[in-house]
Amino acid sequence: MNLKLKVAALASGLAVSFTAMSAQADVLFWSTQAKPVEETQAMRDQVLSGSSIVVDYQPNDGGPWITRLQAELQAGTGTIGVLGALHGEFSAMNPKDLVDLSDLGIQSASSKFNDLAKLGTDGMKYIPWMQASYIMAANKKALPYLPKGANIDALTYDQLIDWAGNIKTATGEAKFGFPAGPKGLKHRFFQGYLYPSYTNGVVRSFASDAAVTAWEKMRELWAVTNPASTNFSFLQEQLLNGDAWIAFDHTSRLAGAFNERPDDFVAFPAPAGPTGRGFMPVLAGVAIPRTAPDIAAAKAVVKHMLDPNTQIATLRATNFFPVVEVTMPNDLPPAVQAAGGALAKMSASPDANPGLLPSGLGDQGGAFNQVFVDSFERIVLGGQDIRAVLDDEKGRLAAIMIASGAPCWAPDAPSKGACPVE
Amino acid sequence: MNAKSLPYILILPVTVFLGVFFIYPFILVSQQAFQSGAGVGLSNFENVFSHWKFPISLKNTLYLAAAVVPLQLGLALLMAVLVTKMQRGRDLVIYIWTIPLGISDLAAGIIWLVIFDQSGFLNSIMQSVGAIDRPINLLSYQSPGLVFLAIALAEIWRATAIILVILVAGIGLIPKEYYEAAEVFGANGWQRFLRVTLPLLRPSLSTALVLRVILAFEVFAVVQALGGTLFPVLMSETFKYQFELLDSGGAAALALVVLAISITATVAITRILRVPKGATL
Repeated sequence: MNLKLKVAALASGLAVSFTAMSAQADVLFWSTQAKPVEETQAMRDQVLSGSSIVVDYQPNDGGPWITRLQAELQAGTGTIGVLGALHGEFSAMNPKDLVDLSDLGIQSASSKFNDLAKLGTDGMKYIPWMQASYIMAANKKALPYLPKGANIDALTYDQLIDWAGNIKTATGEAKFGFPAGPKGLKHRFFQGYLYPSYTNGVVRSFASDAAVTAWEKMRELWAVTNPASTNFSFLQEQLLNGDAWIAFDHTSRLAGAFNERPDDFVAFPAPAGPTGRGFMPVLAGVAIPRTAPDIAAAKAVVKHMLDPNTQIATLRATNFFPVVEVTMPNDLPPAVQAAGGALAKMSASPDANPGLLPSGLGDQGGAFNQVFVDSFERIVLGGQDIRAVLDDEKGRLAAIMIASGAPCWAPDAPSKGACPVE
Repeated sequence: MNAKSLPYILILPVTVFLGVFFIYPFILVSQQAFQSGAGVGLSNFENVFSHWKFPISLKNTLYLAAAVVPLQLGLALLMAVLVTKMQRGRDLVIYIWTIPLGISDLAAGIIWLVIFDQSGFLNSIMQSVGAIDRPINLLSYQSPGLVFLAIALAEIWRATAIILVILVAGIGLIPKEYYEAAEVFGANGWQRFLRVTLPLLRPSLSTALVLRVILAFEVFAVVQALGGTLFPVLMSETFKYQFELLDSGGAAALALVVLAISITATVAITRILRVPKGATL
């Protein structure tokens, strides 16, 4: 080997070891949240830049997210330092694969959230990170069509149907927007809103007579819904382009509309049915996989995420609300103010019927959602008989509950062992 | 180097590559398909087959292939004959015709979505010429026929060139003498195409068809972009089992179903288009 070659080899060797070192110093934050480019950028520039540790924030879809994570767990060695995901995504994992974070001494202000974060074990398997919910939003052009005597902050499902019907009669177009697209969160509407509002349950009452009524109402609502809703996944787009005047969606999926044209839209609580105003939270958490290369650094990042200032920065970046006590500044973006107001009215309403996130389903979470999506596609889109579909899907749901052993969660009455489908 | 062992040494890298990246994962997937919580058995297949969407997605996949592939074959034959007849600019035309091949299939799906979308080009054109009053939703669950048509169009636009390039190469291999002899006997253009080009193109046709049909059974991204959940096909169901239901066993079972269909089609095509032993160009 001549001198030149030796120098080149040495240089490349050094370069390789430098990259290796810098790669090790960065903590890889592998997340399913804040995926839109602007949110990702805000996470990097405004939320994580304040951390004492250099963080490489990489969001991805749920599928690739779990695939890479499982590959690292199976290999027993990995590069992911911190995980950011929804409660449902964590509960689909084996809790043993997540580092116990109880010794960090941090938790959310909600004891319900802290219990969920234990994933059925004794320790904190993830730390609640941020929360959101689903609300309604409307273009101000829709307000004159509100049915007589209806209060937008205390609507019933019947009034919502009438309202959308009035708009359809007046404009010739169905302007209710529903997130029934491939990436839309329609299943959450059934699990957390329609079922609790009509049956005061989700699992126990899945195939009850009240559930048949609920699906009949869903059909009525669908008749005044923009049929293109089967392509809608982020209702902010349809609110902005006028395809939808009234919409139901995740607060962060409506935020774009409020931030872009704050004076054109109003946010308001979800409607109520015979058994109250059902609604459910969205909870995201941060966790550390057992294969994290530097657990101390990862823990420092987790701590940073729960700092009140970081939580407010996260709120600005992602429109997800803090889970710890914070003093809200006055200059929050319009979307946050609108959603915050609607959420407060929803939880303070006298008929509020708050549900919990499905819990204890483990890796059956996807199958659980599919039961509701399938029921929707068969009953509402396919026009199949409601009773027959519910009786058929009931068997599938019961099998999922037995396989996961998940006990009932609110608003279903508590159960011993797996939640029964009655 | 020993002349006897040379061929084996030359195919070794490919064999190793296929072994590691195809055969090994294939064995793993097959194992997964027959494994479930209860042990080894057919329960994954039973689960998948009993789902209400399975017959629909199977039907959609087969119908789409049946509608798209023959059309593509006809088009590609026409285009290939045209191209070989050209005196000048032949390469340029081939390049232009094969551009869709260079685009990822998801991007191709999105291009056609931009055309067929409610606020897409087709709607704005129809509105500007006064054919419609307001944009209509073409890709909706109420018009499954249109969704099918849009997907078929996008597939034809995207993948006809695969057949085309193989056929152009095949036609180039046919010796001129056959055509000259046919002309001497007074065969017209149509007869020369039927009696000389088509029979001698059999090997290329078979390769092109096998490739295209297998791809047709694996259709996914274009369907996902244009049809979403409105038009379930076998591959989108496989994706759903793997990533939404986190049921690798079900996904593996569906993947094997696609494999079985592909093998059946491949065997059928190679049988039908078999070149008799001893026959050469």
